[in-house]
Amino acid sequence: MDNITIIAVTSIITAGFTTGIGTMMPAIGEGRAVSKALDSIAQQPDAAPTITRTLFVGLAMIESTAIYCFVLSMILIFANPFWNHFLG
Amino acid sequence: MRISPDQMIFWEYGSINLNLTIVTTWVLMILLAMGARLITRNLKSEIKSTRWQNVLEMLVIMIRDQIKEVGLNKPEKYMAFIGTLFLFIAVSNLLMIVPWYEPPTASLSTTVALAICVFIAVPVFGIAEGGIKGYLRSYLQPNFIMLPFNIISELSRTLALAIRLFGNIMSGGLIASVLLSIAPFLFPIIMSALGMLTGMIQAYIFAILATVYIAAATKDVKVKNDKNLKIVQHG
Repeated sequence: MDNITIIAVTSIITAGFTTGIGTMMPAIGEGRAVSKALDSIAQQPDAAPTITRTLFVGLAMIESTAIYCFVLSMILIFANPFWNHFLG
Repeated sequence: MRISPDQMIFWEYGSINLNLTIVTTWVLMILLAMGARLITRNLKSEIKSTRWQNVLEMLVIMIRDQIKEVGLNKPEKYMAFIGTLFLFIAVSNLLMIVPWYEPPTASLSTTVALAICVFIAVPVFGIAEGGIKGYLRSYLQPNFIMLPFNIISELSRTLALAIRLFGNIMSGGLIASVLLSIAPFLFPIIMSALGMLTGMIQAYIFAILATVYIAAATKDVKVKNDKNLKIVQHG
């Protein structure tokens, strides 16, 4: 196990865990948000545009956390800064 | 494996190089500007107008109503900025069905540029609405302890705006290209349709978030001024 192998193993495992956990949690959150929004639209159909807009803004906020995790795993696999450190 | 269209060099001269992102962005800009020019060259106010004019009127009315719903009372002031953001991002994401086209929004440089536009536009509109003093006072909103957190939130939401759009569009393109290399052509079609839907939603979200930020900056000012008015009236 030289340095590059260790880095590769840790990067790949971390990227997998990052994507896994980082998509699980936002998915739960988005599911709860959408179900609540559907409930309120069913109760108050008149307020549907407002609820939908707020829902979309909130979903964007939740989704950005998932996107952070995705970008991080991409960086770990494709643009890992430690590769060049040991290769160079 | 190319993550972003930045890495494809189009034309090089010495230290200046044009990458695919810049070229596509300019092509899109010319397309939008020329399209708008062609449609608005002979507008009619009769019952029977051209179909393109109808499309444009629908778009303009939709954008205006959305801005009004967020709570900005003078949507005409902000429509140029927000509408341009929405149209550019939407067209850039919708053209993903064109083969060999790579959306410029799939590169971090484009999205950061758009986010910086919003970052600059918010204080500009806020100051135009309530003066420099009123805008700066909005940073002390609940009390002065929140000042650093307000500044941090200003920066972090700009970063989030950029990374959100970039991550969504880039992941769509990446998934499509990965699937294309391992699956027959039916499955990638579904995924690219999903990517187009995501792209439209992201364009909407970007525009609506910019609107919400501008509305917050201008409304805080108004509330503060009203309070001051009340204090003046009562005191």
